[in-house]
Formats: sequence, structure tokens, C-alpha cells
Amino acid sequence: MIVDLDDIDRKILRALQDDGGLNAKEVGEVVGLSQPSAWRRIKKLEETGVICGRSIILDREKLGFDVVVYLGVKLLAKGRGSIDDFERAVSAIPEVQLVQYVLGVYDYRLKVMARDLSDFERILRRRIMTLPGVGNVESNILLSDDTSGEGLI
Amino acid sequence: MQIDGTDRKLLRHLQDDATLSIAELADLAGMSAGPCWRRLEKMEKSGVIKGRKIDIDYRTLGYGVLVFLRITLDKTRNNAFDEFIREARKLNEVVAIQTLLGRVDIRMDVRARDLNHYHEIYKTRVLALPHINEIEALMLVSEIKNTERLPI
Repeated sequence: MIVDLDDIDRKILRALQDDGGLNAKEVGEVVGLSQPSAWRRIKKLEETGVICGRSIILDREKLGFDVVVYLGVKLLAKGRGSIDDFERAVSAIPEVQLVQYVLGVYDYRLKVMARDLSDFERILRRRIMTLPGVGNVESNILLSDDTSGEGLI
Repeated sequence: MQIDGTDRKLLRHLQDDATLSIAELADLAGMSAGPCWRRLEKMEKSGVIKGRKIDIDYRTLGYGVLVFLRITLDKTRNNAFDEFIREARKLNEVVAIQTLLGRVDIRMDVRARDLNHYHEIYKTRVLALPHINEIEALMLVSEIKNTERLPI
């Protein structure tokens, strides 16, 4: 089911995208609503699944993760039987943040966090290349992120 | 700033549940609220904790399609990267733009309502971007894992 947003909902989402730590009172002040009506609208956005979670934003570099690598992974033709094994094993690697099954030149897209290049090499050799059914792997290292904040809301 | 084991413990709990109150967090970490609050305050000041965010499920808003475009640029052109990124940032449906080192120069995520909508965006807006040499598309079928959790 598709949720219809009105302009006030959009304003609320934008305010919370700028600062997810705002409480209902503060959101109300930004968008011009009383605290109870802001609270009701946020609650509804959560219940309909539009807001599907809340998370903390950490500075990965200050925590020592200097290297982000996107991997394209192709499974071996004879490895197709072990898709479940592959997915289970790759998802269990703590440095792997993203596992996406895709259509295109690769079968899976992964995002890997590493402390530095030698840490990445260790993860690639010991954890990724040893996964069941894994074939060709392509690595692209993140240099900069130029995503603009606005987006679709 | 130096992060110690207790800080890490607090961050791990907050990565599991960002909505924890100071009291709940202190409880989980086995400390009292005062020192817990001071540690968080310090990590926010030093920028280790950059803030909080909401996660939006775009499928509930009717955006069912996510395509990852892998783009190589014509590097014989000066400023190819800058000009490409400047134009790409203007497109609302482009929800991520990243510069990469590898076989691909730019990675760009495009969200669309359905495949027809995607095709329209691709034809009229993406292909109109400057200095594109080659484009490869990966379409998301299913997400097996998606977390921003750092292994700290």
C-alpha cells in the first residue's frame, strides 16, 4: 500500500532528516504545529512504515574506518545451489554493511568497511574470497560522497 | 579524541537502538546516568557522534525501483567530474552520488516509482548528463543485509 503524504508530512520528514534527534515539540515548532498534533503525525508516519527506523550517525573516520569499498560479486555457475549458504555467510561478516541481490553484470553488491587498505585486503582474502560459490569480484574504493541532502521528500 | 572500551560499549548499544534514553543506556552499560551523559556529550562535541537520523522506507511512498548506475566518464575532458556531479546533484531521483577508485568512476543511485518511470528518467535526464563514457546498470532485487553499524 502506498502512503499519501501531504505538505505538512513532508515538512516533518524534512525536519527529521535534518535532525533525527528532534522531539515532537521541536518538530512542531519547525513546521508550525502544536506538540500533540506533531506527535500524532510522527506516530502515524511510524505506524504506516514511512519512518522505518531511527539510527545514530557516527563518524566512521574518527572511529578508525578510513576505507569503504563497494564490491560487485558474481557467483560461480556451479555455485548457484549454495545461494543460501553464500547469503548467510556474507551477512555474518561484521565489516559487510550491505548485501544486495541485483540484476545486471553482478549478482551481489556489497559494501565493506575497513580500517585501512591492508585491513581491506585481509577481509577480501580471508572472508570474501573464501565464501561458498564466490566467483569474480570487482572492488571500487570510495573516494568521495557528493550525495545532495534533499532527495525525494 | 581517544575512545575507550566504555565509550565503545555505549556506541554499540546506540547502534542497536538509537532511541534509548540516557537512563536506559546507562543501565545497559552498567553505569550511572551522570557519567554516561558526560561520555555522550564528549563524543558529540568531538564529532564522533554526528547526530541522529530517521530511516525512510521509500517503497511506502511508491518508489518501488532502485537502480545503481556505474558510470565511467570521459577523462580527456577537463573538469569532467565536477561538471558531471554538479548536474547530477540537480536531479531529485538521484539519491546518491559517489566518486570511486576502480573500474568505475561514479556510482549513482536512482529511485523511481516503477520501471516505466525509471526508463523515462534514464532517457531524458541521466543520458543528458555531461561527459558520460559508459553506463552499466544494476537493479536491486532484494536486500539481504542493510546496516550502518560499524564493527566497533
